[in-house]
Amino acid sequence: MIQIPTNTTLLREILAAFIRNEVEKTGLKRVVVGLSGGVDSALSAMLAAEALGPQDVLAVLMPYKSSNPDSQRHAEMVARKSGIESMLVEITPQIDAYFEKFPDADARRRGNKMARERMTILYDHSMRWDALVLGTSNKTELLLGYGTLHGDMASAINPLGDLYKTQVWALAAAIGVPSEIVEKEPSADLWTGQTDEGELGFTYREVDKLLYLMVDQRYTRSELIAAGFPERFVDDVSKRIMNSQFKRRLPVIAKVSQRTIDRDFRYSRDWGK
Amino acid sequence: MGISCGRFAYGVNPVSIRFAIAQISPKLGDLPANMAIYEEKIRQGVEQKAELLLFPELSLTGYLLRDIVPTAALRLNSPEIEKLKRLSRELPFVAGLVEESADHRFFNAAVYFEDGDVRHVHRKVYLPTYGMFDEQRYFARGDRLRAFDSKFGRLALLICEDLWHPSTIYLAALDGALAVLCPSASPLRGVIDNQAQDDNARYWEMINQAYAETFSLFMVYGNRCGFEDGVGFWGGSEIVDPFGQRLAKAKYYDQDFVIAEVGFETVRRKRTMSPLLRDEDIDLTINELLRIRERPAPQSSLQEVKDAKVPKSRVAKRGRG
Repeated sequence: MIQIPTNTTLLREILAAFIRNEVEKTGLKRVVVGLSGGVDSALSAMLAAEALGPQDVLAVLMPYKSSNPDSQRHAEMVARKSGIESMLVEITPQIDAYFEKFPDADARRRGNKMARERMTILYDHSMRWDALVLGTSNKTELLLGYGTLHGDMASAINPLGDLYKTQVWALAAAIGVPSEIVEKEPSADLWTGQTDEGELGFTYREVDKLLYLMVDQRYTRSELIAAGFPERFVDDVSKRIMNSQFKRRLPVIAKVSQRTIDRDFRYSRDWGK
Repeated sequence: MGISCGRFAYGVNPVSIRFAIAQISPKLGDLPANMAIYEEKIRQGVEQKAELLLFPELSLTGYLLRDIVPTAALRLNSPEIEKLKRLSRELPFVAGLVEESADHRFFNAAVYFEDGDVRHVHRKVYLPTYGMFDEQRYFARGDRLRAFDSKFGRLALLICEDLWHPSTIYLAALDGALAVLCPSASPLRGVIDNQAQDDNARYWEMINQAYAETFSLFMVYGNRCGFEDGVGFWGGSEIVDPFGQRLAKAKYYDQDFVIAEVGFETVRRKRTMSPLLRDEDIDLTINELLRIRERPAPQSSLQEVKDAKVPKSRVAKRGRG
């Protein structure tokens, strides 16, 4: 039985300290987070409320007309429960205005556009409110590339990026995210009826075990197959990781000088902080 | 009550000493800010009647320095070092900083300041350069391991990863150290189930205790806290006596300042009960090490391939039940 360790007590303490520390050292004290109604953003928001106090967390709800009404209800539930102030910014007018010009755009283009629209709103309010944008992408979706570059993947700091979805569920339950949210089927809610697992073709619980052994424990392909994972599943997931590497890196810069940003000009982000 | 310094000639062990550890979170690459933290902690140490204060690894500069290394580096004749010397008149201490040699190599160094002077410099020998670590890209490697005489008795400095190589503490113990002071910048990693701290903390606490007992000396372990680029440092600084007892323990994951009275008679008592160091056969060790060093290299890489046995898969052992 493959068990991904999930020490919720310790994770909670560490992640709250991370948020506090990384926010304070920028000279700010607040964060803005997009609340989708899903478990990831609910957990991020509640961790931030715990770390900074609810008064220093702003939740922005950004539904589109086709969003599941449950999503908004769940987001409001989280804001109420954690005492965070929330604001509603519907994105329907600008999204529809844009796609009037490109009526043949498919669901994926529309979904990406919505994710990026939400990102610009979060960054705008982070500026207005002197706050950092808090990330909500978990390790599973970051590794699989299951997110929109410069959209939901964009943030200043991300407390969930090293937690698999399975760990997110456990921690969310421990911190008090309402069970209705923890237990519902994960969905990016970019079009009606969309589910993550339907789109990916496997369940998070299955792929998390594979990723944990492959990434964290450095199992080789043959070791993973010997551990009982179907060959095609191992190869499919490996390919997804490889093909989405670009989403986890800065844009590629053509090197011409002696000292190129991020190649031989190397500084930590917390430089001077 | 600590015994006032000065009364003891080098090499003579005082009865006791009050060790303090400043578990701090320095600003990355901001020397003036970190110098201010040093001054504040030295004052705190003086107020609490500490006699020797340990600061964590690279705590005057921050840890994830990368290209900041050359700008954060200090020559031993720099004004900053002069200032640290002056501060040591109030309280002797170990600083963690980047030392630049005359030929412009940069070392991850621990410097012992006592009564207005630099008494010892240890340059980190084992620079981790794997996984999340990149030290050897930026630092030159130290090439000596020496215990040294302080006015409190003979001590040794080993920096973080140095201690993961048992040869370093073996040498320190044989070189007469009664206490090993270890400035550390140990990151938290590996959150595992059923434990109040991460896996790295568990490992460190295990070796600190094992080394203290095995080599019958005091382990004074000073780790930092705070975050740099999302990497947290687990704190948990501690002082362990030769019987494996924790005399001081700092908080995990947060700033702290701990202090403990260390009685050197404990070393004597432990070494009387278990004279392991007395029985250590240095010649035997040296002879065997020389033999190992002279071991002939494989004739060719091809021969090496032929000789290699196919390792058993670790999966076969673990299975997936």
